[in-house]
Amino acid sequence: MAEFRMPSLGADMEAGTLVEWLVKPGDRVKRGDIVAVVETQKGAIEIEIFEAGKIEQILVGLNTNVPVGTPLARIQTEREEAAGTVATAPSPAAPVALSAAPPSILAPVAPPSPPAPPPAAVARRRVSPAARRLAGAQGIDLSIVTASGPAGAIIYADVERRLGGAVADAEKKRAPGLDLDAMRTAIAAAMARSKREIPHYYLEHQVDVTVSEQWLTQKNAVRPPDERLLIGALMVRSVALAARRFPAFNGFYRDGKFEPSRAVHVGVAIAIRGGGLAAPALHDADQIQLDELMTRMRDLVQRTRAGRIRSSEISDPTITVTSLGERGVETLYGIIYPPQVAILGFGKVVRRPWVIDGAIGPRSIVTMTLSADHRVSDGHAGALFLAEIGMLLQEPDKL
Amino acid sequence: MNDLDIRKAVKEELNNIAPEIDLAAIDPAGDLREALDIDSMDFLNFISAIHHRLGVDIPELDYPKLVTLDGAVAYIAARLGSIRK
Repeated sequence: MAEFRMPSLGADMEAGTLVEWLVKPGDRVKRGDIVAVVETQKGAIEIEIFEAGKIEQILVGLNTNVPVGTPLARIQTEREEAAGTVATAPSPAAPVALSAAPPSILAPVAPPSPPAPPPAAVARRRVSPAARRLAGAQGIDLSIVTASGPAGAIIYADVERRLGGAVADAEKKRAPGLDLDAMRTAIAAAMARSKREIPHYYLEHQVDVTVSEQWLTQKNAVRPPDERLLIGALMVRSVALAARRFPAFNGFYRDGKFEPSRAVHVGVAIAIRGGGLAAPALHDADQIQLDELMTRMRDLVQRTRAGRIRSSEISDPTITVTSLGERGVETLYGIIYPPQVAILGFGKVVRRPWVIDGAIGPRSIVTMTLSADHRVSDGHAGALFLAEIGMLLQEPDKL
Repeated sequence: MNDLDIRKAVKEELNNIAPEIDLAAIDPAGDLREALDIDSMDFLNFISAIHHRLGVDIPELDYPKLVTLDGAVAYIAARLGSIRK
């Protein structure tokens, strides 16, 4: 028997509120299935399961706030089913939730201290996340709201009716999983911790990306819009490939030491309308082809902006890339997202006079920066890492 | 499909990307990317959406013609016209 636990979705998360179960006892699950929605400071996060099997029992009811590591459900794993045995006691290191993920260097968080006994699942009314948020923001007591949703659940429209429909349009249209104030609090906590704990050093390098741009123009000319590439995908891909060769920039600094990561999960900084920021992981960015990477990046950006990030995407990034896009400025200096040890910044691509083979000509130039953790690496290694990324961008065919 | 239908479709797709923006209030000759605060990924999604909805495949080279609301409507109308012929 394995346990599915409240995952840690960031170093500063201590507890989360379970707001939705997407499975019930008896349901079969496979690795990567989304089984629940947990509300955190970062918004509503879809929680994936990391073991295949059958849901035996739900241990935590809806709208219950529980500490990280608390068992949320019991699962009979496929192995147990195959063996025809059912363990009587929960195994101590059930690899089901992120927080108890396989003890590899990839596990984003140390296994939690022995979890508190699960609080009794309180029988509460079902309330949709959007309804809960609206009620919370407007100070509406949910017990006085008349439910009209499935199985007696209170849905957004119910709270709205209670409010007399006087809800601003903007609030209605905002993606349901996003709470920008809470997100700002989470950003503040992570960035303050970073500035407090991480001795950053900064490097800057200008790279001629004319060849990459021309290559993109050629590729995109014969592709329908759905299959077109953006230069951002080339940047993420080149960082991922370089990170594999320079392990001192890819991994986590925890408990006084650096744990390099074999996998390269690139956090992609995504601006959220109205003033928010998230940097969810593009998993195994060094292993997938460029087209696949672009498809996944589009999906990631859309889901993030819609407030539908997955738990593994929150906790997995091993290095982050932030890019200002075409309307930004030329240079940005990123702040490392702890416990990561490096962040790459790309400014907007600009046309500049450039010397090539002794002659001056117009070229497309991008300023790349590296902010890295001095506890782990030095400027010398950082310079080689940045130069490698610049070299990779000269040969887009090989990306 | 006349210009009004096209304008309506364009506005709807833009609103899918920037739901909180009141498109009636923006300058139809102004830069949409500025007015709506959209990035290159948003713009690509807009181009994709127009492709799916109206069957107009807009090459990258023509993107600059679509950066204003008026420009986008005129461009799509011209392309639809040439498709019909």
